[in-house]
Formats: sequence, C-alpha cells, structure tokens
Amino acid sequence: MIWNETIECMERESMRKLQSIRLKKTVERVYRNCEPYRKRMQEHGVSPVDIQSIDDIVKLPFTSKKDLRDYYPFGLLSSPMSEIVRLHASSGTTGKPIVVGYTRNDLDIWNEVGARCFTAFGLGQQDVVQVSYGYGLFTGGLGAHGAVETIGGTVIPMSSGNTEKQIMLMHDFGAVGLACTPSYALYLADAMRDSNIPREEFKLKVGAFGAEPWTEEMRKEIEAKLGIKAYDIYGLTEIIGPGVGYECEYQHGTHLCEDHFYPEIVNPETGEPVVPGEMGELVFSTLTKDGMPLLRFRTRDLTYLNYETCACGRTSVRMGRILGRCDDMLIIRGVNVFPSQVESVICEMPELEPHYFIAVDRVNNLDTFEVQVEVKEDFYTDEVNKLLDLRKRILHRMQSVIGLSPDIKLVEPRSIERSQGKAKRVNDKRKFK
Amino acid sequence: MLITQLSIFLENKKGRFTEVAKILGGAGINMTAFTVAENSDFGILRLIVSDPEKAKDVLREYRYAVSATDVVCVQSPNKPGALAAIMSILTDEDIFIEYMYAFSTNGRALIIIRPDDLAKTVKVLSDNKVELLAADELFCL
Repeated sequence: MIWNETIECMERESMRKLQSIRLKKTVERVYRNCEPYRKRMQEHGVSPVDIQSIDDIVKLPFTSKKDLRDYYPFGLLSSPMSEIVRLHASSGTTGKPIVVGYTRNDLDIWNEVGARCFTAFGLGQQDVVQVSYGYGLFTGGLGAHGAVETIGGTVIPMSSGNTEKQIMLMHDFGAVGLACTPSYALYLADAMRDSNIPREEFKLKVGAFGAEPWTEEMRKEIEAKLGIKAYDIYGLTEIIGPGVGYECEYQHGTHLCEDHFYPEIVNPETGEPVVPGEMGELVFSTLTKDGMPLLRFRTRDLTYLNYETCACGRTSVRMGRILGRCDDMLIIRGVNVFPSQVESVICEMPELEPHYFIAVDRVNNLDTFEVQVEVKEDFYTDEVNKLLDLRKRILHRMQSVIGLSPDIKLVEPRSIERSQGKAKRVNDKRKFK
Repeated sequence: MLITQLSIFLENKKGRFTEVAKILGGAGINMTAFTVAENSDFGILRLIVSDPEKAKDVLREYRYAVSATDVVCVQSPNKPGALAAIMSILTDEDIFIEYMYAFSTNGRALIIIRPDDLAKTVKVLSDNKVELLAADELFCL
C-alpha cells in the first residue's frame, strides 16, 4: 500500500524540481530568521541568490551535531517561540541534549511521512498498533503515535518498560503492529515466551523497528522469535524523528521521504560528494520544516543511496542499511572496527543469541578487545571441547570480517543486558590524553 | 544402569558455584558427586543429584544452561590395582573415555564414567562381572 502515490512515485525530474523550489525557500528562511546560519553562509561566501536548484546545495556549509550543542537550546530555530508547539530532545549521552522545536506545520509533515511508513508496512485503519518506543523527549514514541493516528489505526500508547503489561495488552487488545527498537523487540519476544500464552492467541503480524542500527540477521531473529514481518523505520531527532525513511514490502533498502528531507552522501573525511552508489556519510537537508530547518546536517551514519525505481513502484531514493556510525567506529590496534561488523558475525551463527557486548581496554600499552556472546540454551553441551570449538569458529569469522582477533568470551544465558531503549553494547575503557 | 548427570555452564566468576549450591540446597536436592571441568573463562559443572529432573527445572528457572548426560557408575574395591583392572577391560574393548571422576568411601570406590559408547560399556562391564550402580543405589550409600 502507498500512502501518497503522487509524491512517492513521482518522476525523478519532477522530484528534483520540487526539491529545488523547496530548498530555495528553506535557504531564504534560515538566512532571514536564523543568525548563526546567516553568519555561517556569509563566512562561506554564499547567499540565497546562489541557490537556484538542488544541485547548488553543495555550495552550502555543513551543519554538525556540535552546532546543535553550541546553539543549545534554541539558537538554531527559524521560527519565533510563539510558533513552536513542541520540543523534543535527543538522549544526550554526552553533555547537553540536542533540542528540536516543531511548529504546527512541522508536526503535520511528521505525521504525513510517518503515515507513509506505516502504510508501507501494510498497516491501516483496521489495525491496532502498540507503540513501545519511549514516550517523552525521545521522538520515537510520539512520532510513531502520530503516524498511526494519521493512517486511522488504533494506537496503544504503551511506551517502553513494564514488560508483563506489554504482553498482556498486546494480547488482550489484539495488537497487529508493534513499534519499538529492535533490541526491545527481542526482549519482548523473550517475555512473550515466558508468559506461556500461546503464540496463536496474539494477533501480532508486523513490526516497525528503528532508532538504533540493526542487521539483516537480527531481522531474521526477530521475525522468527516473534513470528512477524519486521520493517525498518528510519529517523533522526535532528531531522524530525521516525519517518525520515521506511522499507516497503520488497525490503530492498529504505525509501527516503526526499521531498521533505534531501539526502546526500559525502566522504566523511573531505566532505566531498561521493560517486552515486558509493558508501559515505549520510547528510540531510530539511526542505519543508519551519521550526528548525537544518542545512546539510551530517548524520555521522555511513550508508549509500540507490536511485533506481523500486519493484514496489516507488521512485523515491533508497538508502542501504546503516553500515555503522562514524562516531561508533572504534580504532583497536590501529584497525577501524564497527560494532555492526561484530553484530553481523554473531547474528549469522545459529548457536548464538543476537546479543553481544564489546569491552575494549588498554593494558600495558596494548589494546585489549573482548567480545562477550551468549550461546543459545539448546547449544550448550556437556563437552568442553565442543564449546571451545565453537569459540574458535566465532574467532575465525571475526578475524575474516574485522581483521582482528578479539577474545571471545562465552557467557551464561541472559547475562548480557537486554536493553529497553537504545542498547549499550560497547564499553571502551581506554583513556586517551 | 545409566545415571543422569547434569552439566551446568558456569562463567569463571566468584560465587557462581555458591549460587548453584544454594539453589539446589533450597530446593532440597542432595548432591552425591560433582566435578568441574574448567578452562580460562568458563567451566562445566557436572553433578549427580538426588532428583535430576527437579534440579534441572529449578536451575533453568534461575536461567542456568543445564543439560543432562547419561553416565555409568562403577563400584570397585578400594584397593591397589582395582581401577587398573576395570580400565583394562574398557581399553581392551576399544572404549574411549571422555571423562571420569571418582570418590571412595570406607572399603569401596565409586567411579563415574562417561564413555563414547555407553551401551557397549554397560555390556562389557556386566560381562566381566564389574558392579554397576543404579541411580537409587547411589543415594543409599
């Protein structure tokens, strides 16, 4: 199902025209209303008249996460506070959070793009959807909530936590859809099994999972354990929240709502655009937002774009899986390591649970690199040799994927923390400086 | 003649065995014999207990990975050369022993053996008049 066929299946050339008109308006708006952007553009020697088409976007300076922190809380707003109707903020694990202000119009845009996502997942008016993303400053809960209401579905505004009640209401209210983080989905799958309520008594069919990177293998795990079809919903607080992109039934990449959020891929080192199809850092410019439009925001996410028309009929550009974050990259013994690589190895091995923990430290000037994994209960054996052999096989896979040999530590079942929000999977204890 | 042995996966961390012992004690389960096979970061605790089914359930409740394995328990006189005699029988029949552990009390010794071929082991030992203990006998000691 397609929510907005006019836009989602628009000719590429028409889309570019629409994007050009919208970019021009947004640049004029921020130049007029937002002092830091005006100054930045002036320093860069670019003014709104230089922006005539979407191709001119490369003339604009970048916006970084640091800029959002520097102008905390409201420095980057392009609307007066009288027009801001809602605030959201990122979790802010380091220092101040990142704050985003939404006007009424921005919320309408958010609901529109959210509706495209949930419609693509096959959900509609008849469906009850349990939103188990956290409600609050985090965009997940209210974002998914607005999307489900917009398509006319019925929302269960569960938020995260209170697992037993999650399972009870999912069962009693006949939830067909579940929206939460993929790691929480796995947590709920365990809880569902522990509840001893037979699976056929649940109506659950579809999951909308996002807010943290996940792999194809993790999808299979979720689909098998929950007995549903699992879709990726993509979003960033800075841009709008969940709804920036979504998978269609073909699941060949994430369709981006590029009429509202224009994507580019640049070389993370130089900032230069890469050859189309090549991997690099994802950069977004909002094209329609009023409250806090961002120009060329560097997401730090690594991925690639595909402009071919999808089998589903949508012409919108598709983003590949997020292959890692520039910031998550660990440099261990001089080798670049992404936690997603570790995860892909773990998830492809049937003997292992899809949970892991990476511990990095420096002992006697040498980096230590430990990966903790849980063996599935059925695969624990009485024989030490078989477990040691499994450990060796994990090590070989890690070596070939990462190019490094971590210490593989087999830990007891369910001893790795199951996260209820964003999973914390890395502890880097090294002290530099 | 087969005895159910429980194997529990334990991380090499302080207090793990204490917890297992407490759980089993709390459930009124008695241990007759145990051994730990360990390497640098995990161990496998092998246990012979009074009620293996119940022990398995209660340990799983506490989220331990527990598996059950069949073993045999041989009784022999507690004197020099007795073990060698039994081992020779097995070796002569080409039976490979994955692991074994033993304890002695008064005049007799009890040896728990996990061979690669259980059925053959039982037959060979019985043919040679070696005494095998059943699970309930083990708990009457």
